Amino acid sequence: MSWFILGRIVQGMVVMLVVALVSFSIFQYVGDPITSILGQDASESDRTQLRAELGLDKPAPVQFARFLARAATGDFGLSLSQGQRVSSLLAERFPATFELASLAGLASLVFGIPLGVYAALHRRSVGARLGMAVSLLGVSVPTFFLGILLILVFSVHLHWLPSFGRGDTVDVGGWSTGLLTLDGWRHALLPASTLAAFQLALVVRLVRSEMLEVLRADYIRFARARGLRDRRIHFRHALRNTLMPVLTIVGLQFGGLIAFAIITESVFQWPGLGLLFIQAIGTADVPVMAAYLCMVAAVFIVINLLVDVAYVLVDPRLRRR
Amino acid sequence: MTTRRLAILLGLAISFGSSPAATLHVAQAGDATSMDPHSLNETMQLGFLGNIYEPLVARDKTLALTPGLATTWRRISPTVWRFSLRKGVTFHDGSPFGSDDVVFSFKRAMGDGSDMKPFTSGIKEVRKVDDLTVEIETLEPYPILPDVLSEVYMMSHKWCEANKAERPVDKRKGVENAASFKTDGTGPYRLKERQPGSRTVLVRNAQWWGKAEGNVDEVVFTPIASDPTRVAALLSGEVDVIEPVPLQDIDKIKADPALKVMQGPELRTIFIGMDQKRDELKGSNVKGRNPFKDRRVRLALYEAIDIEAIRTKIMRGAATPTALPLAPGVNGFAADLNKRAPYDVEGAKKLLAEAGYPTGFEVPMNCPNDRYVNDEQICQALAANWARIGVKIDLQLESKSIYFPKVLRRDTSLYLLGWTPATYDAHNVLLSLLQTPSATTGTFNLGSYSNPKVDELIGRIQSEVDPDQRLRLIHEALKLQQDDVAMLPLHQQALAWGMKRGVTLVQPADDTMPYKWVNLK
Repeated sequence: MSWFILGRIVQGMVVMLVVALVSFSIFQYVGDPITSILGQDASESDRTQLRAELGLDKPAPVQFARFLARAATGDFGLSLSQGQRVSSLLAERFPATFELASLAGLASLVFGIPLGVYAALHRRSVGARLGMAVSLLGVSVPTFFLGILLILVFSVHLHWLPSFGRGDTVDVGGWSTGLLTLDGWRHALLPASTLAAFQLALVVRLVRSEMLEVLRADYIRFARARGLRDRRIHFRHALRNTLMPVLTIVGLQFGGLIAFAIITESVFQWPGLGLLFIQAIGTADVPVMAAYLCMVAAVFIVINLLVDVAYVLVDPRLRRR
Repeated sequence: MTTRRLAILLGLAISFGSSPAATLHVAQAGDATSMDPHSLNETMQLGFLGNIYEPLVARDKTLALTPGLATTWRRISPTVWRFSLRKGVTFHDGSPFGSDDVVFSFKRAMGDGSDMKPFTSGIKEVRKVDDLTVEIETLEPYPILPDVLSEVYMMSHKWCEANKAERPVDKRKGVENAASFKTDGTGPYRLKERQPGSRTVLVRNAQWWGKAEGNVDEVVFTPIASDPTRVAALLSGEVDVIEPVPLQDIDKIKADPALKVMQGPELRTIFIGMDQKRDELKGSNVKGRNPFKDRRVRLALYEAIDIEAIRTKIMRGAATPTALPLAPGVNGFAADLNKRAPYDVEGAKKLLAEAGYPTGFEVPMNCPNDRYVNDEQICQALAANWARIGVKIDLQLESKSIYFPKVLRRDTSLYLLGWTPATYDAHNVLLSLLQTPSATTGTFNLGSYSNPKVDELIGRIQSEVDPDQRLRLIHEALKLQQDDVAMLPLHQQALAWGMKRGVTLVQPADDTMPYKWVNLK
């Protein structure tokens, strides 16, 4: 067991290293931060000097080694555009993204599972067909389009909900949360719905197809033969077995929610990591971009690891070696 | 009363019920990157910080010089200026403002890590005479010294020392600096809350020395980069002012009875530059010679530009075509020279044929796609214009973070650029765009245009003391470069701000938004 986990951690580190290398090499092409650090009136010698002092004139492998050595200690340096620590910028923005992704993930489960079950049990009904058609839309409509549509309807026309930002936040031990104020919830509703749409559609479709599969299984037929009530069969036996793969996928998707919040965040000006990343691209703020990519990779790896471990704990067949 | 109207009222009550009176909500596309007034010489940054910090010499609503922290200034010798400081001014932390702060601030602005050096490079020394008098000695006679000081902001010596912010943040050493996110100015507003890239709150400084013309007590500033979201925030009533309004949304906002759009000229001039130095253009099919060295070719390109179509179709009227590299609001503008070469496709073809290119030629063109208003579309229109005279453009559209390093290396044959003289004076335009490039001159003369007569005039303009004579020299230099077709001027883009009807404000042509002139009804 411990060997298994150790193996996974080593694998994870290899992945991190590759991500670090890939992000680092991409950044060789995003442009020169010098022009955004220095204004238009700076002289060529100022530019050369700053380039040298930032180490940008060194060969790429040297720059990468320096980057790795410092990143290993969590030090990504100062943001080139804002002059603040990258780590504190990330820490400042993380709660916003985490809360948005959690709300979206939770909403997709809370609404997705019952809808999926309904669609599986009444698969010929008009409601179920309609639900499936809408979910197809949910999977295929681009996030930015949905976000702007929601803003147009609920902010511009109905004036019910705010169109941007996070609203009032409360600081709880260094973690700024918007979930303790009414204003915070009002601001979260549209972006969380936007981010949840794809997940929700995915969960509905997944639950439905898994459930249909399970309902065809022998033990369900035996249960029916024993004369158990439908209710008991569906929710005690079928749903439980349905949820195993669903939870795995949703768990893995949570990393995706954090990473793909970029579009939702920029549409709603949600002050999270994704927005920070977009702003960093605009100014070629390499330290911020690098730290963001490494962090997202780390989130993915940790979630994967947790899912793997959970599987081993649940499924005894995997424990044997 | 319909339910919808009820809902709107309810929504408004929820949105605004809790906020105090006279809070201005502003959304702009960009954010000030730092709160340090000396860290970056950029319009948005200096414009925003101008609400918190103040210069010795300020600018009024028409951008004319007006007393700031200095009440009077005069030259006591060709190279020495004496400034009398305003009495009774205090910083936001309550400490008094005086000569020591001025001497310190200049030292900081002229020192390591400062991006204000272009403004201070002509200064030799700043001396304290007494508590409320300072002298500034320049290296050479420098007639426009007061003009270049309007964006050099004064900081508190004491506060900077206490906060270990004696210098702007040094990004190379990886050490943070309190001045990047805290402030202590003398201006009409002080910083209450700062969340970079998401929210900045300013509150009125009740102790400000000036007369309050506006009634805004609190400003909540949010950068919203996404165009549709920024417009939606105004349409839904969540913000009072947005900047900029995307050109395609101007009519939509005008159509809303609760909103209005304020448009005005901006100081920035958009133009096309051409490589006039290399013996062979990079990426062109003309080998062994550089067509742009021939004035007739440059003029042909100029005459082939359908500037009216660009103004009406691409800029939707929000541009003023120009024949000069500077805007009417810039000191030294010459109205009588502001006549474009005619739009004449046949004439352009003839000129090209005379120059030896009867069938035209191919050349690549560099263009940013996220820097100026509709920059990408302008370049595409130009490429279409020039195709008509046989000049085939290989258009390279790139993000500004890639475009600028490339053209600054002069790795370009043809490029689109915009320029706002930071000093609001023609000298900066001539020096940066038209003087023969050297370490300190022609930094953005990326096509290396060179005319010794123009160079000589620029040198004389720099130190000419008599305003009339100086203006004559400026006009002479502008005429020379125009006759040379040193560049192809296009237009000044217009500012477009969207706001609620109840908002009245002043829109200076330098693209800043001073909150002290904003009134909310």
